[in-house]
Amino acid sequence: MSHDSNWQTKLITMANQIARFMESKPHAEGVAGLASHINDFWEPRMRRQLFDILDQGGTGLRPLVIEAAPQIRRPATA
Amino acid sequence: MKDFVLPDRDFGTPAAKSKQMVTLNIDGFDVTVPEGTSIMRAAAEAGIPVPKLCATDSVDAFGSCRLCLVEIEGRNGTPASCTTPVAPGIKVHTQTSKLKQLRRGVMELYISDHPLDCLTCAANGDCELQDMAGAVGLRDVRYEAVETHFRAKDTSGGANPQWLPKDDSNPYFSYDPSKCIVCSRCVRACEEVQGTFALTIQGRGWDSRVHAGARADSFLTSDCVSCGACVQACPTATLTEKSVIDIGTPDRAIVTTCAYCGVGCQFKAEMRGDELVRMVPYKHGKANRGHSCVKGRFAYGYASHQDRILNPMIRDTIDEPWREVSWAEAMEFAANRMKAIQQKYGRQSVGVITSSRCTNEESYLVQKLTRAVFLNNNTDTCARVCHSPTGYGLGQTFGTSAGTQDFDSVEDCDVALIIGSNPHSGHPVFASRLKKRLRQGAKLIVVDPRRTEMVEGAHYKAAHHLALRPGTNVAIVSALAHVIVTEKLYDEAFIRSRCDWAEFEDYAEFISDPKHSPEAVELLTGVPAEEVRGAARLYATGGNAAIYYGLGVTEHSQGSTTVIGIANLAMLTGNIGRPGVGVNPLRGQNNVQGSCDMGSFPHELPGYRHVKGAEVRAIYEKAWGVEIDPEPGLRIPNMLDAAVEGSFKGLYCQGEDILQSDPDTRHVAAGLAAMECVIVHDLFLNETANYAHVFFPGSSFLEKDGTFTNAERRINMVRKVMAPKQGYADWEVTQMFANAMGAGWTYTHPSQIMAEIALTTPSFAGVTYDRIEEMGSIQWPCNDQAPEGTPLMHIDGFVRGKGKFIRTEYVATDEKTGPRFPLLLTTGRILSQYNVGAQTRRTQNTVWHDQDVLEIHPHDAETRGIRDGDFVRLASRAGETTLRAEITDRVSPGVVYTTFHHPVTQANVVTTDFSDWATNCPEYKVTAVQVSPSNGPSEWQESYEAQASLSRRIAAAE
Ligand code: SF4
Ligand code: SF4
Ligand code: SF4
Ligand code: FES
Repeated sequence: MSHDSNWQTKLITMANQIARFMESKPHAEGVAGLASHINDFWEPRMRRQLFDILDQGGTGLRPLVIEAAPQIRRPATA
Repeated sequence: MKDFVLPDRDFGTPAAKSKQMVTLNIDGFDVTVPEGTSIMRAAAEAGIPVPKLCATDSVDAFGSCRLCLVEIEGRNGTPASCTTPVAPGIKVHTQTSKLKQLRRGVMELYISDHPLDCLTCAANGDCELQDMAGAVGLRDVRYEAVETHFRAKDTSGGANPQWLPKDDSNPYFSYDPSKCIVCSRCVRACEEVQGTFALTIQGRGWDSRVHAGARADSFLTSDCVSCGACVQACPTATLTEKSVIDIGTPDRAIVTTCAYCGVGCQFKAEMRGDELVRMVPYKHGKANRGHSCVKGRFAYGYASHQDRILNPMIRDTIDEPWREVSWAEAMEFAANRMKAIQQKYGRQSVGVITSSRCTNEESYLVQKLTRAVFLNNNTDTCARVCHSPTGYGLGQTFGTSAGTQDFDSVEDCDVALIIGSNPHSGHPVFASRLKKRLRQGAKLIVVDPRRTEMVEGAHYKAAHHLALRPGTNVAIVSALAHVIVTEKLYDEAFIRSRCDWAEFEDYAEFISDPKHSPEAVELLTGVPAEEVRGAARLYATGGNAAIYYGLGVTEHSQGSTTVIGIANLAMLTGNIGRPGVGVNPLRGQNNVQGSCDMGSFPHELPGYRHVKGAEVRAIYEKAWGVEIDPEPGLRIPNMLDAAVEGSFKGLYCQGEDILQSDPDTRHVAAGLAAMECVIVHDLFLNETANYAHVFFPGSSFLEKDGTFTNAERRINMVRKVMAPKQGYADWEVTQMFANAMGAGWTYTHPSQIMAEIALTTPSFAGVTYDRIEEMGSIQWPCNDQAPEGTPLMHIDGFVRGKGKFIRTEYVATDEKTGPRFPLLLTTGRILSQYNVGAQTRRTQNTVWHDQDVLEIHPHDAETRGIRDGDFVRLASRAGETTLRAEITDRVSPGVVYTTFHHPVTQANVVTTDFSDWATNCPEYKVTAVQVSPSNGPSEWQESYEAQASLSRRIAAAE
């Protein structure tokens, strides 16, 4: 499967948008909220791309996303 | 055929609302009615119709024709029964020799000034003047009038100055002054029912005439919005539908539901044979109460438009012309392709889009297709692009995405706060009901970047218009909350008993921060702080306050946050759980509510239950005999991204035109072009079909049975009034396709689909077709706890238990103006057109709107050298298009506005792929743009046109 950098850019934007909302919550709640939002709404392909970004250091992602990563469900490899 | 019309009698005057009952005697019968009822209505309710001409129960009595006279024992004279209220114990006589004589005299006068061409008149058999002549026993007219209004020439052969020619300017109805009896029913209907005040009686006595607009106006050039209320009210042939003039009077009627907007008006489809003669708003329709707008009333001609495709078509690649084939061949072709794609690229490589225009049953089947046959959750709906943030925001705060009220609730509202919605254009019948309440004294607050028709109109004016900069909704809503909290205008008792107090305290601390104050955000929003304070005080303290909001709230990168903010406002002020208050999302298309209810979203099974829940999946696994995928599927924008990336290859798209309706057209086109099988199921070769390999012709709402659910959660019946022109209702087509994929479905009527929905979805448990027939309509939740349905939500407590306050941090959109794109574009709609215009453009509604125009402030136009009517180039970082400019101060400096009803405009070439953080609902309402003079169509428009016309070719039959 090719890695569409355009799509990755979009996913970074989307993850950061969620982070911006969750950042206004108490910290632990925000971390959990971000992870469960992504678990609930992101199709495995999108989460897979997100982990690709995270595994490469998560450049461009807000800290809250990186912090929430362990709580995000990693999809089985395709 | 079964006739579904309840007796639709005219009681002469509106029902009185008093709880105090009064008993009187009419012609020897005792009648008990609410205090304030007219004698005419009391008699009608007792089954004694009193002759009448100027009274009808949609408008207040006026008492001008003097035909409805009665005698009351012990009282002098012969009072008009339409204007005389009942009194306890009075004895009324409706038929005495004195009354008979008086009535004949009245009729004689009317008839002597009326052309007696009844046999060739369009209203023959449907004329109250005719009926009354019969009712009063008029046998001869003793004198011939010298002066008349109906003879074009006077007795000496000269032109008769009293004769006026027909006004045929309105495309749907004609006005023939020679038949007018000046009863003023039309004038009152336009004022009281519609609220437009387009008609007046000009002149006095013998000279008085009905006129639309000012002296030089015709119906078309006047303020008339062609709602048809006057036509319906007219007792004679003076105002008549042109379709009745063309076809003749109808002979049967079937009640059905409008397929345009989320108001969900009910109509009588009046038929002759299988020809639709006219659509008349249905008095017992609970959303519209006998009213309508131009779209539902008149704009149904698209259903028989020559552009409708009636045969299935296929092609191998999108640069080939279409080949017309049999249904069987089309199904086989489509199923083989989809199966091959899934084999090659995996189970997740295909998906569906359900339609917000199709019925609940049809949407249910389409999402079932992907879940039970494709075995994934890749289903989405065009509600994604409008109200998905409502689902998220209200779900988080109240525990359900449901709008809280019914439309009747507006009658009890004291303050209406309208945010990002223009009901005048988008939800006209609701707007009429709201304006009626405003004329009675309710106050209005409008939050909208543009001075819409809702801000000011006939006999209403918003107390506050917060003309904010597009993209600053959260800042404004938070500022309102800041004022309510810091000025202690909140309803502590409500919050303590109905919400979580600790959460409130957290929220109050957050919102009290001076950075949320109106003064602090004034620079950002452009709204004077005092206006915001005034609006907040009015909303919090003005009595029953109701919020109505639309796409101007949701279609933003912070759409969900704004919805949360709105819910916070209602909870702060205790405006939840009774008539006249609430949070009311105004849904765009007719069945947005229903398509969401039916599980069209990729993370939710029907009834808003997340696919991760094993118990919920178990229900469907049992009902459908398959394993349900526990992972959420792709949303529309994600489907397109995945298509471009190469992992999404096949799409079945029912009744939606994503290429025209979704943002960033180029990206949508690229996604569609990358797919190997696009199936479009629609009435017309829409824009999306340019990229399709299979076309299933669709059926119109007139051609199928089913249900639509309107913005008040009201499940309304849609009834088949004629056979589908292309052979099958849409649910049958989906079933054929599913079966070609091996599904083995055996539905023979949509009621069986509803039975399956009720069986599997708790909020629909009590819904059956029989029950809807019986009750007329049902508002879900309808189950054992609420067997009659639920008009008002959260009466004794929130669905989630305690209402939840959530912080609403304002985050500026990434879509920012700068030197290259210094203006903000926002988009909307207008009254006569609907959504992408596929239907309305194919009706005569185009006389009111034949192209999209760009509204621009005089100041911005001047600095760019743009004159009114000029062609201008509208460019954003996503793309550019051209259209004509209209210079107006309805928009503020720095803001431009357009609609997206016409495909040549391609306004969505300009909109970007930014979207709501929670739901990916696209940010239509804010795009940074530049506007400059232009000579003609942009390159994209030209190449698009070329591709489209190539793609629409249909091979000639051999
Ligand atoms: S147009 Fe019809 S409703 Fe209006 S005044 Fe004339 S007769 Fe009455
Ligand atoms: S069609 Fe509607 S708006 Fe037009 S004149 Fe009649 S009632 Fe008024
Ligand atoms: S478009 Fe909306 S307001 Fe107009 S008739 Fe249809 S449902 Fe009613
Ligand atoms: S109907 Fe009562 S006066 Fe006309």
